Amino acid sequence: MALPSAASPLRRSQRRTAALFIVPFFVLFAVVMVAPIGYALWMGLFQERSSGLGFGGAERVFSGLDNYTDALADDGFRSSFAHIALYCALYIPVMIGGSLALALLVDSALARAKRFFQLALFLPHAIPGLIASIIWIYLYTPGLSPVLDWIGAFGGTWDFYSNDHVLASMVNLCAWQWTGYNMVIFYAALQAVPREVIEAAVVDGAGALRTALRIKVPMIASAVVMTVLFTCVGAIQIFTEPKLLNQRGAPSIDTEWSPTLFIWKAGFVQHDYGLAAAASLLLAALGIALSYFVTRLGNRWKAATS
Amino acid sequence: MSTLTHDTTPTSQSDTGPRPAPAETRRRPAANLLLSKGIVNGILLVAAFYTLMPVSWLLFAATKNHRDLFATSGFSFGDFNLFANLERVLTFNDGIYLRWFGNSILYSVVGSAASTLLCVATGYAFDKYAFRGKEKLFGVVLGGVLVPTTVIQLPMYLLASKAGIVNTYWALLLPALVNPFGVYLARVFSEGYVPNEVLEAARVDGAGELRLFARISLPMLAPGFMTILLFSFTASWNNFFGALVMLNDDSLYPVNLGLFMWNSVTQQQPEYYSLVITGSLVAVVPLIVAFVCLQRFWRSGLTAGAVK
Repeated sequence: MALPSAASPLRRSQRRTAALFIVPFFVLFAVVMVAPIGYALWMGLFQERSSGLGFGGAERVFSGLDNYTDALADDGFRSSFAHIALYCALYIPVMIGGSLALALLVDSALARAKRFFQLALFLPHAIPGLIASIIWIYLYTPGLSPVLDWIGAFGGTWDFYSNDHVLASMVNLCAWQWTGYNMVIFYAALQAVPREVIEAAVVDGAGALRTALRIKVPMIASAVVMTVLFTCVGAIQIFTEPKLLNQRGAPSIDTEWSPTLFIWKAGFVQHDYGLAAAASLLLAALGIALSYFVTRLGNRWKAATS
Repeated sequence: MSTLTHDTTPTSQSDTGPRPAPAETRRRPAANLLLSKGIVNGILLVAAFYTLMPVSWLLFAATKNHRDLFATSGFSFGDFNLFANLERVLTFNDGIYLRWFGNSILYSVVGSAASTLLCVATGYAFDKYAFRGKEKLFGVVLGGVLVPTTVIQLPMYLLASKAGIVNTYWALLLPALVNPFGVYLARVFSEGYVPNEVLEAARVDGAGELRLFARISLPMLAPGFMTILLFSFTASWNNFFGALVMLNDDSLYPVNLGLFMWNSVTQQQPEYYSLVITGSLVAVVPLIVAFVCLQRFWRSGLTAGAVK
């Protein structure tokens, strides 16, 4: 067993260290991520069926892909995706447009106190989502809300929870939390735009607005597209905001308004674990597909620019 | 040390100075420039008002007693009751809020410190050591980044209830330990911050691999460590859905879930409003302070995440 190479004990100790560093993570990874997905795959194959006249309780029987077809055929599950699509159609232009505009303004040579504005606009991101939702729900509540007082002072009235307004109320709540965050990302991307390009445009006689829209925005287009996709991945998981609006009695936000609310209800209210597991996996598949698309796109851009 | 703590944001603060005045602007009348300046900064002020208003309102609301909360307008003072409110929050129901706060700290601080150490060790090993199947394993990590955590929460609950850890500290701590994105970041940071030559030199001097990691690499990775720590700290401090799914026993709640429960009875019992408001303020103030002090790390993490 005499290995003469001097590198060998070193090699061996390196391999041992690598194992020591990597194994704990992968053990936990298997327990926390792989096992639940495997278990959900298994659970999704069974349904509870009450036997005969319903005496003797329910029985768990193998049902193949029935849970998946049931989920896909469920009106609640289907319309939850329609809700998210509608929400995204309003939320993404408002939030991404807002963060892009603010990033361009902070980046412009005319802006003062840049550090203050960045900090102030990013601050909502330090507030946990649940607390942000509670604060805004109170700001939507008559009697508590200074916002409603201001609207009233101008002779207006507004019901944040009504069917026509509640989607806008939810969009506002989420935009408040995420606009500053994405503004910082866009601002960082703008800082990486070569200054010569901008100066050249200015020498050619382009004004500040024209430079911003024609030169700067196209140059950070990849960051914008990535952010939109990440926002979609977040949107399909939305839970806290509709949950709280539902709790407040907003009539059009029902208990299965979003896909995660649907899963929550199937699992914890109806105790239909097979359906909940199948719906979780379908949603996870959508999320994974979206994220995979984002990373692929990101890598291609990185390869193209380097 | 300070030379190592470079920001991955390309000098976001240093080049905010005036750019060379463009020829056209120089010709333009000063009044016009003043107007543009006014518009740009005016819009930014309005935006800053929008982002700061809700938290400022919370501050005002926390100083009011129940009657003034509804009787006075949002941005005015009634009787000054901040300390009475604080006392009520901290002593309500035998001091359950303090217990929640302690739980939050346990979940977030212990969870994220352990998770970050795990991420940094794993990412470092992926960067510095050669072993069989390395890139395949790293592909698994990247696959983990893609899985939306909210969505596997229910399967996780089902499994945890089989394992008998639902309604224990482990139900939140165990999932918090695994952060595939943190491993990805740690590998990137390790490539950038820890030069291989330094490690080789130390090996020649006879340092063991563990000592190398603890004494040389870990200090070099400190800024990366902080960034990952902040990310996972916020993720666990914000984790409301996981707590809602996993916990029944209110003595195990984090602050988030406790406030949610208080908030859910406000419509029947409006005296809970001031508990939720003051409780939210107490939960938010340390976060804002930490956030302002640690800005640099947020920024570098954000930009690293954005270019992934």
